[in-house]
Amino acid sequence: MEWTQFINENMLSIYLLVFAVFLGFELISKVPSVLHTPLMSGANAISGIVLVGSILFIRSTEADHYLALSIAAIAIIMAMINIVGGFAVTHRMLSMFKKKQK
Amino acid sequence: MEAYIQLAYLIGAIAFILGLRGLSDPRTARRGNLTAAFGMTLAIIASLIYPMESVPNNYLWIGGALFIGAFIGWISAQRVQMTAMPQLVSIFNGLGGGSAMLLAILEFLKLLDQEEVVLNGYSLTIAFTLGVGAISFSGSLLAYFKLAGTIRDKHVLLPGHQWINLILLLATLGTLGYALWVPSTLTILLAAGVSLIYGWSFVAPIGGADMPVVISLLNSVTGLSAATAGFLYDNQIMILGGILVGASGIILTLLMVRAMNRSLSNVIVGGFSASAKGSTNDPNAGKSVQEASSADVGILLNYASKVVIVPGYGLAVARAQGLIKELEELLMKQDIEVYYGIHPVAGRMPGHMNVLLAEVDIDYDRLLGVDKCNNEIKEADVVLVIGANDVVNPAALEDPASSIYGMPILQAWNGKNVIVFKRSMNTGYAGIQNPLFFKDNTKMHFGDASKTLKDIITEIENLN
Repeated sequence: MEWTQFINENMLSIYLLVFAVFLGFELISKVPSVLHTPLMSGANAISGIVLVGSILFIRSTEADHYLALSIAAIAIIMAMINIVGGFAVTHRMLSMFKKKQK
Repeated sequence: MEAYIQLAYLIGAIAFILGLRGLSDPRTARRGNLTAAFGMTLAIIASLIYPMESVPNNYLWIGGALFIGAFIGWISAQRVQMTAMPQLVSIFNGLGGGSAMLLAILEFLKLLDQEEVVLNGYSLTIAFTLGVGAISFSGSLLAYFKLAGTIRDKHVLLPGHQWINLILLLATLGTLGYALWVPSTLTILLAAGVSLIYGWSFVAPIGGADMPVVISLLNSVTGLSAATAGFLYDNQIMILGGILVGASGIILTLLMVRAMNRSLSNVIVGGFSASAKGSTNDPNAGKSVQEASSADVGILLNYASKVVIVPGYGLAVARAQGLIKELEELLMKQDIEVYYGIHPVAGRMPGHMNVLLAEVDIDYDRLLGVDKCNNEIKEADVVLVIGANDVVNPAALEDPASSIYGMPILQAWNGKNVIVFKRSMNTGYAGIQNPLFFKDNTKMHFGDASKTLKDIITEIENLN
C-alpha cells in the first residue's frame, strides 16, 4: 500500500524524470570532441544541485543537534566545492578557446 | 511567497537546460556555462529563503559552509595546471557524490528518530541515494589517485577481480536491503561502508588510460544520486538537474567509448590492464631503433613543405606547448604547412589536448581529427610525434592480440619521415610496446621535449 502511495504522490516528478532523461540525451547527442572536457566539467558542476537538499535539511535541523549540523555542513562544503570549482574551471578552459576566435 | 520561490526554481531549471545546450556548441559554450552557473545561484538563493514554518534555519552554519566550499572550489580551479585538470574534475565529481551520500545518511538517521521505519518508496529512495552517492565518491577518489599517478593499476588489482566485484555488488545490495529491513545506526553505516568499498573496487581493474570514460560514467552516477535525493524533498530542480547530468553523462561516456572503438563493458571489465602485456611473441625482438640528432631534425623540417605534429600528454608534461607554437611560427614563416593531429583520447580526457593547445594560441583550424589528419599525413614530409605513443601505435590495426586492437589511430608511419620525441624507450600509458618506433622511416629523438624542441628551434634559426 505504501508503494502505491509513493507513486501517487510523486507522479508528476516521475514524469519529469522520464522527460529529463530524453532531454539530456537530445541535448548532448551532437557535441564536437573539442568540447567533451568542458562539457563534462560543466555538467559535473550542475550535479552539485544536491546542495539544495543539504540546505533544506540543515534549515529544519534542531539548533542543538550538533552531530547532524556538522555532517550537513560537510555535505554543503563538498557540494559547494563541486559547484564553484566546476563552473570556474569550465570557464577557465573555455576562455582559452575564446581568445583565439577573434 | 512560495509561488515566487517555485518560479525561481523553474527559471533555474530552464537555465540548466539552456546552459547544457550552450555548452555543446563552441560558439555558445562560454555563455552556456555562465547560464548554468546563474541557474545554480538562483536555486541556492531560493532554497535559502524557501518559506518553512518554525524552523531554526541555522543560517550561520549554512553561510559558513557555503563560504568555505566556495573558497576551496574557487582557489583550486584557479590554481590547477591545465595538465592536471582531469584529476580535478574527478575529485569535484567525487565530492558531489559524497555530499549526496552524507545527505542520505542524515535522512536515514532522521527517519530512525521519528517513527517506526517502514519499507516504502521514501526509504528506498534514501537507500538508493546512499549507495549511488557512495559509489561515486570512492570511485572518483580512486580515479583521482590513478590520474595523479599516486596509485598505479597494479597496486589495486587483485587476482580474480571481476569475481570480487560481483560479490561486492551483491554485498552492497544486501547491506542496503538489510539497512532498510532492520534500520539502525549500525546497519546504515555498514551499508555506507560496503558501498564505498564497492565503488573503489569497481574502478580498480579499469586501466589508467580509461579513466576519462570512468569519470564521465561516475559523473552520470553523481547526477543520478542528486536526482533521487530530489524526490526526498519533492524538489523538481534537483530531479531535473540531476537527471540532465545523468543522461548527458551516459551519452558522453558512449561517445568516448566509441572514439576508442571499444564497448562500455569492455572498458569496465578492464580491457587494458587484463592484456597489458600485449602480444606474447614480440615482433620487435632483435630490431633496433634509429636515432636522429637535433641537427638532423632541424634540416628535415627546414626543407619540408608539409609538417604534421601529433602531440600527446608527454608534450603537456614537459610544458612544451609554448615551444610548439614557436616552432609552428618559425615553419609557417617559410611557407611550410603545419597541421596537428588530435586523437580523441589524446591527453588524459577527450578534448584535453585541444584545451592545452588553445592555451598557447594555436589556431583551432589547424587541429585535425583522425580521418582528416591521416589524409594530410600521406602528403607530409615530416611527422613529429611529440610525447604521444598509444595513439600512433600500428598494433591497433595489425595485432589482434594487442589490447588496443581496433582503436582508430593516427597513421604516422604514412609520412615520408617520422620523428618520435620521447623521454626514453618506456611504454606508453597503456603499457604496450609500439612497433612504430622500429619502422624504417622512423627516427627517435630522445630527451625532455622542452629541451629537445628548444635545440631544434635553434638549429632551424641557424639554417636561415
